[in-house]
Amino acid sequence: MLPALILVFVIGLPALNLLPSEGSLWHVSDYTLNLFGKFLAYAILALGLDLLWGYTGILSLGHGVFFCLGGYAIGMHLMLEIGAEGVYGSALPDFMVWNQVTALPWFWRPFSSGAFALAAVVLVPGLFAAVFGYLTFRSRIKGVYFSIVTQALALSMWLLFNRNELNLGGTNGLADFKTLFGYSLQDAATQWWLYVITAATLVAAYLACRTVTRSPLGRVLVAIRDAEGRVRFSGYAAAHYKLFVFVVSAALAGIAGALYAPQVGIITPGKMGVLPSIEMIVWVAVGGRGTLVGAVLGAIGVNWLRSFLTEAYPDLWLYVLGGMFVAVVMFVPDGLAGLPGRLARWARSRGVAPELGAPAVARRPP
Amino acid sequence: MNGSILYVERLTVDFDGFKALSELNFIMDEGELRVVIGPNGAGKTTLLDVISGKVQPTSGRVVFGRETDLSGLSEHEIARIGVGRKFQTPTGYGGLSVRENLELSLRRDKGVFATFVARLSPSQRDEIDRALATIGLAGKADQRAGALSHGEKQWLELGMLMVQDPALCLIDEPVAGMTAEETDRTADLLTALAERRSVLVIEHDMAFVRRLAAKVTVLHEGSVLCEGSLDEVQRDPRVVEVYLGREREERIRAAH
Amino acid sequence: MLRSVLAAWIALTGVHAAVAASLPDALVADLVGIDDDARRAAVSVLAAQGGAEALQALRALREGSLGVWADPDGSARAVITGTAAPSESGDVAPLRDLGGEPLRGPDGQALTVPRTSVRMVEADRALRRAVKAAIDRVELLSGDAKTRESAAGRLGREGGAEVVAVLAEALAREADRTVRRAIDEALQVARLSDSDPAVQAGAVERLGLLHGAGALDQLKALKSSNDPAVAKAADAAVRRIERWGMMTRGIEIVFSGLSLSSILLLMALGLAIVFGLMGVINMAHGELMMLGAYTAFVVQEVFVSSVAPSARDYYFVVAIPAAFCVAGIVGLALEQSVIRFLYGRPLETLLATWGVSLILQQAARQVFGAANVDVASPAWLSGGLAIVEGVRLPYNRLFIIGFTAVCVAAVYLVLFRSPAGLKIRAVTQNREMSACLGVRTRRVDTWTFALGAGLAGMAGCALTLIGNVGPDLGQHYIVESFMVVVAGGVGKLAGTVAAALGIGGLDKVLEPALGAVYGKVLILGALILFLQRRPSGLFPAKGRHVDV
Repeated sequence: MLPALILVFVIGLPALNLLPSEGSLWHVSDYTLNLFGKFLAYAILALGLDLLWGYTGILSLGHGVFFCLGGYAIGMHLMLEIGAEGVYGSALPDFMVWNQVTALPWFWRPFSSGAFALAAVVLVPGLFAAVFGYLTFRSRIKGVYFSIVTQALALSMWLLFNRNELNLGGTNGLADFKTLFGYSLQDAATQWWLYVITAATLVAAYLACRTVTRSPLGRVLVAIRDAEGRVRFSGYAAAHYKLFVFVVSAALAGIAGALYAPQVGIITPGKMGVLPSIEMIVWVAVGGRGTLVGAVLGAIGVNWLRSFLTEAYPDLWLYVLGGMFVAVVMFVPDGLAGLPGRLARWARSRGVAPELGAPAVARRPP
Repeated sequence: MNGSILYVERLTVDFDGFKALSELNFIMDEGELRVVIGPNGAGKTTLLDVISGKVQPTSGRVVFGRETDLSGLSEHEIARIGVGRKFQTPTGYGGLSVRENLELSLRRDKGVFATFVARLSPSQRDEIDRALATIGLAGKADQRAGALSHGEKQWLELGMLMVQDPALCLIDEPVAGMTAEETDRTADLLTALAERRSVLVIEHDMAFVRRLAAKVTVLHEGSVLCEGSLDEVQRDPRVVEVYLGREREERIRAAH
Repeated sequence: MLRSVLAAWIALTGVHAAVAASLPDALVADLVGIDDDARRAAVSVLAAQGGAEALQALRALREGSLGVWADPDGSARAVITGTAAPSESGDVAPLRDLGGEPLRGPDGQALTVPRTSVRMVEADRALRRAVKAAIDRVELLSGDAKTRESAAGRLGREGGAEVVAVLAEALAREADRTVRRAIDEALQVARLSDSDPAVQAGAVERLGLLHGAGALDQLKALKSSNDPAVAKAADAAVRRIERWGMMTRGIEIVFSGLSLSSILLLMALGLAIVFGLMGVINMAHGELMMLGAYTAFVVQEVFVSSVAPSARDYYFVVAIPAAFCVAGIVGLALEQSVIRFLYGRPLETLLATWGVSLILQQAARQVFGAANVDVASPAWLSGGLAIVEGVRLPYNRLFIIGFTAVCVAAVYLVLFRSPAGLKIRAVTQNREMSACLGVRTRRVDTWTFALGAGLAGMAGCALTLIGNVGPDLGQHYIVESFMVVVAGGVGKLAGTVAAALGIGGLDKVLEPALGAVYGKVLILGALILFLQRRPSGLFPAKGRHVDV
């Protein structure tokens, strides 16, 4: 599966985009490439979410927050790169001029360094998740309690980021980026490279997650999912493991947000609210929780469907999204990735003696 | 003389006014196999809960080995010190294979990073294979633990205890729901386990307790009623009263 | 001269003059005349005389709609002009007499004439000021208590010896307690600008006793008065008023906290039953509320179209049980089609019901439109209860608080004092054992869920009293309601009540100091810290757990 994904998304799409003949059937337009760049960024987030939910059984309904923290971190640098070329000709970002802010707030200053911004993409969501996770896991807030607390987190952060006095652009977020490390974001070449970087990051993230899940650490995660109480009596500090996975998945979400912002050209609090955060869950659920390929496929597939439906039948999208939540929970808990196995088992059960020993892979969390 | 492996002093656990344990004193010698019996609600499982860190005592203390006070330690810390536990309902980790279950239980550094980079040494591999052979699941080593039968899950849990290699094993009702044949095998397994370790067993099945031929402690209403060999305690009038008196009362109540 | 001519005109047209009979013709003639002194005098006379006609005339003069109309038969009369849509024939002005009655032509139709045939009476600034004061004075004698109250306030701010006399007279005559207080306060405010320090000090002291918050700025200024007695009195009065203000604000905060708490509790009640007793996280609970709110809307529309106007307000009495039934039936269908396959897997129920909530929202958007619909509160719930000076508790919020209390009591009775509740609790504690004892556990599940859904419907119906009714109504409080359930502990009614009071109260206490957003963020932080100490909520189920 992985080679096929690499072939299509990492090599195929950008290569086809470079085809000179605009009219060719095989030509991939800049628009399409950009669209898939966004989907691949989502897929990075989905990997982290799957590690957290599919493998460890922790359902976070607040990952939009970490996604946005990453997006804002890079977005702040992009805003500062605009310099005095904004509408108001001020060195400050336009929205600050508009809000009558006269000096750059202290927390903006370090973001003029590109290296700092890149580090912040991982560190800000990571540290935030570390503090939040430490407090919640230490007190053994788990299961639906954890989900509800993270949902409240998404709501609070959304409310907070909508405020103008936070000096992060309020409802409108950060937008109108001009250049990224000196390269114009309006250039097709820059966007092409952004796509390739996103695709490469996705492959790297995939390999990293696979290393984790195939290590003894990955088996401890599955054990926590299946019987968290029991794991402690085997001598594992479950809270440390959960914290580790939570921080990793938050960092992946941050990276995803940072790749998303320059490709889409805007990052707003709208991406961190309750609805977008829970929508991320359905990517993983539809693709197949507990399998990394499923998370990637789900993120790309669901968003592809979304961008198609919201254009063609805007009234239909919420029905489809809602229907997916219901259907995937009730009928295909393993998602698309689990479908072949499900069909095979079904076929076997109708055939001769059932083969003993289903593969011991991570499956549905409790 | 061996020192004590477990020293429990004036242990009280209060659940909202209900005293599950009250002023319980209990001593177990190193290397000993001990059986704890008692009617339902006597506080047997609560005692294991306190020792293994699942429940914090209201008062009193538990000392493990020579001088390790267990109060205030969390479950995983107690497990790392050398207290292993098998629960009443065997769970194992259903999503993992039998072999992976054992591998997870191995005695080794259980920090997050150490686990990430851990690789099985040949001796650890041997240890797992030996445990598999002992519990009779060598043929099902790569099967999902969730798919095992009830008895097999019990043995898997015992196998997990073996590779965890704790100094003290706490075992809650190992033969509940087993056939007579399975019960026999389990008794052998337990005796094997107790060869090199201290083992504390909770059990209801008196035939099984007799087979273990160990010192018996009777709990009643949260404290120790009496101790001794099975025959001794069975002759003890207080024990008869606790077990039979209740029956008599019930018979009288039913008659009315 | 003109005055007498006008008087003659009006006298000549005796037919019409009867309509404005209570105002003497000469006075009217003065009022609409061109002699400024005469008009000012007429205004004072009107002010002293009072009455509805005087008020009409004065208001018309202030608005600039008083005019003199040259009747086609040659007479002139004082009229009030209205505005009308310009027609092809040019400007028109429907006319009313000084009593406010429309003038009718020979055909009985309301009279409309070209604007050019009406001479509007102009008022300069001095006159307009006089008119304004006159209106206040007339209103001070009006039959409506509210009008008297507000007129007194305006007069007081105006000040002056004449005003003091007028207010003192009105105070002597006034019977209504609230209006008396307003007039008294106005009187003292007017006296503050008196030149005699003794009078000033007296007024200051009295204002302090009256808790006249409106005069606070003036009193603060008087603290630096040259007269030591006045300054001292002002200082005491300011402190007194500020203390009173703090107390009333305190009452308001407590009340709004109680109000928010009751809303959260009303929502959380259904959630807590379904989560506590069945382990189901129902994310569609908010949408069941939305259904209840739309049910109220539909019932209202039915009443508007088919019931006598006098009985329309009672739609609300029908809407509450209707909302319970509609939401309950939808809940029943939801349980039968989705939830029952997911028992024992709370996270899955969370996701599936979230999907259902999206579908219900979109359906509501397509049926009722994306915009909010109007649900009018019944008239018997408008207004409020004045408990102390300056604090009025709205009846609709009081109703919700009471309604919540009734619902909690009813749920308590159903769960803990009825045979059905016994079965519900039995199934909660031990499903297998209950089934062995002949309890039909599946049926108990279904009805418990329907009960929770019905409660949501009623909550939605009650929410129409204070909020907008739209497709996303359910989303507004759902997260906070779940926080209530989590903080309260699973399956404990008392915990849910306490948590709702705590979170709602904290929200309203923090709001004035931090603003609504930071308050909510802080509450989340507080919740997480609270769960550090009590991971299972306020009232956890204690004892030995068999789960590992």
